[in-house]
Amino acid sequence: MGQTIIEKIVSIHADKEVFAGELTVVNVDFLMASDTTAPLAIKAFQNMGGVQIFNASKMALVIDHASPAPNQRIASLHDMMREFANEQNIKLYDVGDGICHQLMIENEHAKPGQLILGADSHTCTYGAIGTFSTGVGSTDLAGAMLTGQTWIKVPETILININGPLQPGVSAKDIVLYVVGIVGIQGATYDAIEYAGSTMSDLSLDSRMTIASMSIEMGAKAGFIHTTGLELAYAFEHVLPDASATYKRVIDIDASQITSQVAIPHSPDNVKSIEEIDEIEINQAFIGSCTNGRLEDLHAAANILKDQRVHPKVRLIIAPASRKVFLDAVKDGTVEILTNAGATFLPSGCGPCVGTHLGVPGNNEVIVSSTNRNFQGRMGNRESNIYLGSPAFVATAALHGKIKNPQLI
Amino acid sequence: MKITGKSHVYGDNIDTDRIIPGKYTKTLDLQSLADHVMEDLDPEFSKKVEKGDIVVAGENFGCGSSREQAPLALKTAGVSLIIAKSFARIFFRNAINIGLPIIELKDYHIQPGDIIEADLISGLVTVNGQSYTGTKMPQVMVDILNNNGLVNYLAKHKTYKL
Repeated sequence: MGQTIIEKIVSIHADKEVFAGELTVVNVDFLMASDTTAPLAIKAFQNMGGVQIFNASKMALVIDHASPAPNQRIASLHDMMREFANEQNIKLYDVGDGICHQLMIENEHAKPGQLILGADSHTCTYGAIGTFSTGVGSTDLAGAMLTGQTWIKVPETILININGPLQPGVSAKDIVLYVVGIVGIQGATYDAIEYAGSTMSDLSLDSRMTIASMSIEMGAKAGFIHTTGLELAYAFEHVLPDASATYKRVIDIDASQITSQVAIPHSPDNVKSIEEIDEIEINQAFIGSCTNGRLEDLHAAANILKDQRVHPKVRLIIAPASRKVFLDAVKDGTVEILTNAGATFLPSGCGPCVGTHLGVPGNNEVIVSSTNRNFQGRMGNRESNIYLGSPAFVATAALHGKIKNPQLI
Repeated sequence: MKITGKSHVYGDNIDTDRIIPGKYTKTLDLQSLADHVMEDLDPEFSKKVEKGDIVVAGENFGCGSSREQAPLALKTAGVSLIIAKSFARIFFRNAINIGLPIIELKDYHIQPGDIIEADLISGLVTVNGQSYTGTKMPQVMVDILNNNGLVNYLAKHKTYKL
C-alpha cells in the first residue's frame, strides 16, 4: 500500500509500517524551544524527574520571542535558559542570532526526512525541506527531552497541486494566503498537507519556508513541500510520496489565477484578493517573522523602495529573520536602500509579530504586516487592525501611506 | 470523575492570542496568566470566572500558537473543564498534558450560566435535562488525564504506553 510523506517518515521513526489513523510512539531527531516555551519545558522536565536530557546534541534553545529582554522578569527567564543549556551542554542561540525556525534550517539542525518537535506552532516550517516537524506545548517537549520519544496519531494528508507560472509581483506569501483562504483556519486540523506541482518545484528555499510556515494557519500538523527542485548546501535524499498514496482531499490550483492576496482583520483565513480591498490608510508597516523575514523578502521590499521614501505618516520597521540574513542584506546593499527609504531595523526576533515588544501599535491604528497571524491583539493591542500580505504588499503600502496593489506599481 | 460547573459560552475559532495574549506569556507565575485570561476576547472574564466553572466554545477552540500558557491560564483561573465542538490540535494535547479536562461535543444547546454536569471518563454531559456524549479520546490521553497530566504520567511510567 502506497504511503504519503508523513506515513513514510513516521514509519521510519516508529520502526514499523504505519498509516493514517494509527497511534504510535516515535523517536525524535531534534528538539527546539524558544523563550516563550523553554522555561515551562525546563520546569516540566525537572518535575518529571529529568536530570539529563536524552541526547544533548539533539536539542537547541533559542532566545527570540522577547529578545533582547524588555524587562527584568524576562531577563530572568533568559538566564534560566542559559544556565540550563550550559549545564546540559545544549546549543543555545542567544539574543540577535535569529528566529528559531530560520536558525534550525540555516544551521542544518533540521534535515529532509527527519522528525522534529519544536515548542512553537510554526515548527511546521521545516516541511519546506521535507522534514516532519510539528509544534508542541512545553510539557510535550519536556516528555521528549526525557524519553527521546513522543506519541502521535498518524494524520491523513491533503494534497495541494499548484501548477503554472505566477503573475508578475506575486510571491510565495500570495500562494499560501490563497491556499489558507480556500482551506480555512480549521480546514486541515489533525491533517498533514503536501504541496506539489510545477509552481512549487520552481520556488526558492526562502519561498518554500514561507509556505510551509503557514500550514499551521489551517490547523495542520505538518506541511510538506515536495522536495523536487529543492537545492540545499548538502546532498540529501528527496522526500516524496508513493504514487499510490491515499489522500483525504486533493486541491488543484492554477497559479496564474493567483493575484496579490491580503488577510484582513482578525483572522489569517479572512483572505481577499487585493482588488477587493479599499485603499485604507495605514500607520505602521512591518516586514519580518519566520514567515517573511528572509533575504528574498528584504529584496522584494528594496525593489519597491529603492530611491524612494516611505510615506511621512508611516513607520516602516524590519526585523531580519537572522543575523546571517541581516549581514547578507548589509553586504549586498539592501539594508542601505531600505534605511535610506526610512526603514528602522530591529534585532532579529519575533517581538513585533507576537506582541511582546518593539512596534506595538496604537489604538485604532492600521498595520500592514508580512507575518502569519492577524488575530485581535496579536501585535499587543486589541484596538488595532492587522492586514497580512507579502513583503511587496507591505512595502507598497508603506510607500503610499495606504493599501495599494503591488502588482500595479 | 464527575464535574459540575457553571458555563461561560463563546463562539468559534477562539485563538490562543485571545485566551492569553503573547505579551503576558513569558512568565512562570501562573497567577499572572490567570489575571489576564481571555482579556482580548472578554475583558470581564477574569473577574467573573469562579472555581469550577466550565468554558463552552464552538469549533476550533485554541487555534494558533503552541503556548501551553493558554490552558494553564484557564486552569489557574479555576476553569474545571472546556467543552467545544472541536479543538485545535496543539491546544487539545496541551490541555490534557497539564491535566485540564476537555470534552469535544459535536452539537449542544448550552446558554451562559447553565449548570453543566459532566463525566470525564464516559464523556457524558448533562445540561437542562438534555444529555450529550463527547468524542472518545485515545486511551493514552485518558491515562495522561487520569494522572493529572503528562508530568505525573512520565514521572511514574518513564515512557509512553500505547
